[in-house]
Amino acid sequence: MAGARLTCLSGKRRALILRSLIIRSIRTFFFDHGFLEVETPLRINAPAPEQNIDPVPSDGWFLAASPELQMKELLSAGFGPVFQVTRSFRKNERGSLHLPEFTILEWYRVNDDYLSLMRDLEELIKYIANDLLIYPNIKSRGNKVDISCEWERITVEDAFYRFAGWRPGPYPDPFRFDKAMAEDVEPNLGLSHPVFIYDYPVSMASLARQNPDNPGTAERFELYIAGIELANGFSELTDPKEQRMRFKDEIKRRRKMGKNNCLMPENFLESMSSMPPCAGVALGIDRLVMLFSNSEIIDDVVAFTPEIL
Amino acid sequence: MYESGDLKKGLKIEIDGEPYSIIQFQFVKPGKGQALYKCKLKNMITGTQFDRTYRSGEKFQEANLEERQMEYLYSDGENYCFMNTSTYDQEYLTKDQVDDVINFLKENMVLDILFFKGQAIGLTLPNFIELRVTEAEPWAKGDTASGSTKSVTLETGYVIQVPPFIQKDELLRIDTRTCEYVERVKE
Repeated sequence: MAGARLTCLSGKRRALILRSLIIRSIRTFFFDHGFLEVETPLRINAPAPEQNIDPVPSDGWFLAASPELQMKELLSAGFGPVFQVTRSFRKNERGSLHLPEFTILEWYRVNDDYLSLMRDLEELIKYIANDLLIYPNIKSRGNKVDISCEWERITVEDAFYRFAGWRPGPYPDPFRFDKAMAEDVEPNLGLSHPVFIYDYPVSMASLARQNPDNPGTAERFELYIAGIELANGFSELTDPKEQRMRFKDEIKRRRKMGKNNCLMPENFLESMSSMPPCAGVALGIDRLVMLFSNSEIIDDVVAFTPEIL
Repeated sequence: MYESGDLKKGLKIEIDGEPYSIIQFQFVKPGKGQALYKCKLKNMITGTQFDRTYRSGEKFQEANLEERQMEYLYSDGENYCFMNTSTYDQEYLTKDQVDDVINFLKENMVLDILFFKGQAIGLTLPNFIELRVTEAEPWAKGDTASGSTKSVTLETGYVIQVPPFIQKDELLRIDTRTCEYVERVKE
């Protein structure tokens, strides 16, 4: 048996070397752009309550489902711009694009909004591709994606209208929205060139700022390349009162579903009174490695999955 | 009972009183949305397929399936008759239900019949079976090119590719999963 495990591990050599090179490129990119690398705890007492993200309990606390709240506290304390490469944990998430423990890259800019983050992403991925000598065409998952062009931006409303045939509006039925996203919209995104979809219905962006120019939407975006959702970012909500109300809603929904983590992140809310205007984005590093190594499943780009431990 | 999180390829569940096999499965979770479980389901009685997406927390009943060893007796062209060799009970499957394995079905062969709630709905052949060659061209002497094959007809009427030295009346071992020749059986 040991032999079979080691054969499986050594079969991942190419992807794991690529992984290391990609993480090296990421660090160089952010250092060159004047970002500070930070670290936040993996075990925390009160993760952000979000309806569809289930944190893993850990000795009375939780494993972080994202480094978001602590990184934003650093911004309130005057740090920024900051980035972090870390692990995040989410219960019951396992599939060809999901691991319950995954590697996340998250960065924040102060006095900036989600538009700058989209520019960062475009520059970062072009930079990595150049570093790996696979610029400008990435062959992945049956697609040839040209990343040299200007990346397409399409609103969530328009993406739904184009691929699912209806417009979600500010308060779509969540199941109808997610199902159409998974079945009709996502599989069509970013097949020939990268695509940002942006301006999500307000009801689907618990920590994002509302867009004053596009009422009913929040300044949130996602990046898709070759049908893979790679990154999620937004202009941060900085109003503690509104944030508390949104958390209350999320907690109410979690209670109704009988879920854990119904705590209000009080320290974070308190720190928000000093939060500067800012924007942050999280990128799945495992999925980025999948893209560059042309892998069909996430298992191929990490040395150990929970199933082989 | 199964929950959405238990769904995976190969799992057999009951929907509206009928057994379904999950033939394709994908876990998806778009953006900050909810977990979705995309399935392609095949009705194990009618063979019809459809796609369905489930969400977390849904419950599924396990399909009440059972396999019993039986012997194939005969066919009248429409129905296929099988017998339980200890109780002598007889069960029938339709032509459609045996269609996948019809090339290898031989009288008196022992195989597994699949039952759903006590009713026969399908069958599985053993992985390897032995069938006799009923028609074969004689071996053309001098045809020694390695890798060359020829067609022969088996007693079930199935035509299969074999090495050139195989002759009429010989017994062959066949892999029923790949439908390919494995070896000559010495008698």
